[in-house]
Amino acid sequence: MREISTASITQTVREMFLELSYVGTRDLMAALHDAKHREESPLGQLVLDQLLTNYEIAATERVAICQDTGMSVVFAQIGQDVHMVGGDFEESIQQGVREAYTEGYLRKSIVRDPIFERVNTGDNTPCVIHTRIVPGTQITLTALAKGFGSENMSALKMLVPADGIEGVKRFVLDTVEAAGPNPCPPIIVGIGIGGSFEQSAVLAKECTALPLDQKNPDERYAALEDELLERINALGIGPSGTGGTMTALKVHIRQAATHIAGLPVAVNICCHAARHATRTI
Amino acid sequence: MQERRLTLPFDEETARSLRVGQPALLTGIIYTARDAAHKRLIELVDAGEPLPIDLRNQTLYYVGPAPASPGHAVGSAGPTTSYRMDPYTPKLLALGLRGMIGKGLRSQPVIDAMKQYGAVYFGAVGGAAALIARSIESSRVIAYPDLGAEAIHEFVVRDFPVTVIIDTLGQNLYELGPKTYKRERT
Repeated sequence: MREISTASITQTVREMFLELSYVGTRDLMAALHDAKHREESPLGQLVLDQLLTNYEIAATERVAICQDTGMSVVFAQIGQDVHMVGGDFEESIQQGVREAYTEGYLRKSIVRDPIFERVNTGDNTPCVIHTRIVPGTQITLTALAKGFGSENMSALKMLVPADGIEGVKRFVLDTVEAAGPNPCPPIIVGIGIGGSFEQSAVLAKECTALPLDQKNPDERYAALEDELLERINALGIGPSGTGGTMTALKVHIRQAATHIAGLPVAVNICCHAARHATRTI
Repeated sequence: MQERRLTLPFDEETARSLRVGQPALLTGIIYTARDAAHKRLIELVDAGEPLPIDLRNQTLYYVGPAPASPGHAVGSAGPTTSYRMDPYTPKLLALGLRGMIGKGLRSQPVIDAMKQYGAVYFGAVGGAAALIARSIESSRVIAYPDLGAEAIHEFVVRDFPVTVIIDTLGQNLYELGPKTYKRERT
């Protein structure tokens, strides 16, 4: 057994949200530079130039990459031999979010109730928390700041087994094409296939925090990722949606066992500003 | 294409001279408004009451800026997705609203009203929020301070970078641009 203080969880969460809000990940910067070289539209190249300049300004001046600093999401993998001391686990994460958004000049974008009381909570809490208990004595936290321009363009559909791989492709392409310019292309497309209704959505969300140079370990799914990326880029939407050949930087798929009657597919679209960080305590 | 310099506010004749795909640098006054502010403006319009700002020839920017850190006039301030304002927009265009800055698709009723009243939809680059903030020289809240980031701010801008997405003829860069680069589904 190992003791971990909830104060150290707060501190880690706070640091991750500050860093990811200001500094684009290295794989993202590499993908955007690559996209600029491959983009055929002059206006698209100009947009990618502006984005690269924007990432530079944000990192140098320590200001938010995007004014929509997102809804905070934390995935926590907690070692079963960890004993947390000093306070409430979930509250320690909320406190980290609260401190980061307040001290870091990040926009607070969360309202208390979706229908009846759309009043801002003032500190970007509550954060969405997904917890898994795993073997070991460590806690691994992945933090995401998810902007809602792209979140709003995401979709989930319960396909049937007869729809098969072609049905999956059609749903993904239709979702991205309908989104058009809205989710701030070039986008990252996270796809969860299988599982139950909610599991497919969680898998899709996890995909948006994967490194862009990582492929699905199953060759068949890796090939599907590549094919979908190519076909999404053939849609012509382009950077900012004003036409071009770079609509998406990466398609990530995660799959799971599912029911004999089902083929759930969740498509979580993420804007180019895929802001995430992972740390282990 | 050479950037066109525009001074805000601007009149109908200038609006009707702008064409789809034209890059432009905006200098002058713009007002921010997003979901919650639009809802309040329309409630006033529907009640026949005066608005906190006269919209004639003015430009609305769909944005909820991040808080300004020390040494900055405003925090990061890129465009939000415009379609959420569509249900409210035709009524504002009827009041003389001349320009809108945002990102993403607009509805047909909005485009029809833009043609009728002579208004332009500009696109700013989504996610270029720190870069865009550099062209905002000052910011002050002029209505609905209780809405925080969603309050109506008056921005004084210099060379604010945009592209004409939909012009007064209803020509739409989100349709024309992708058409050029679309390869048929195989």
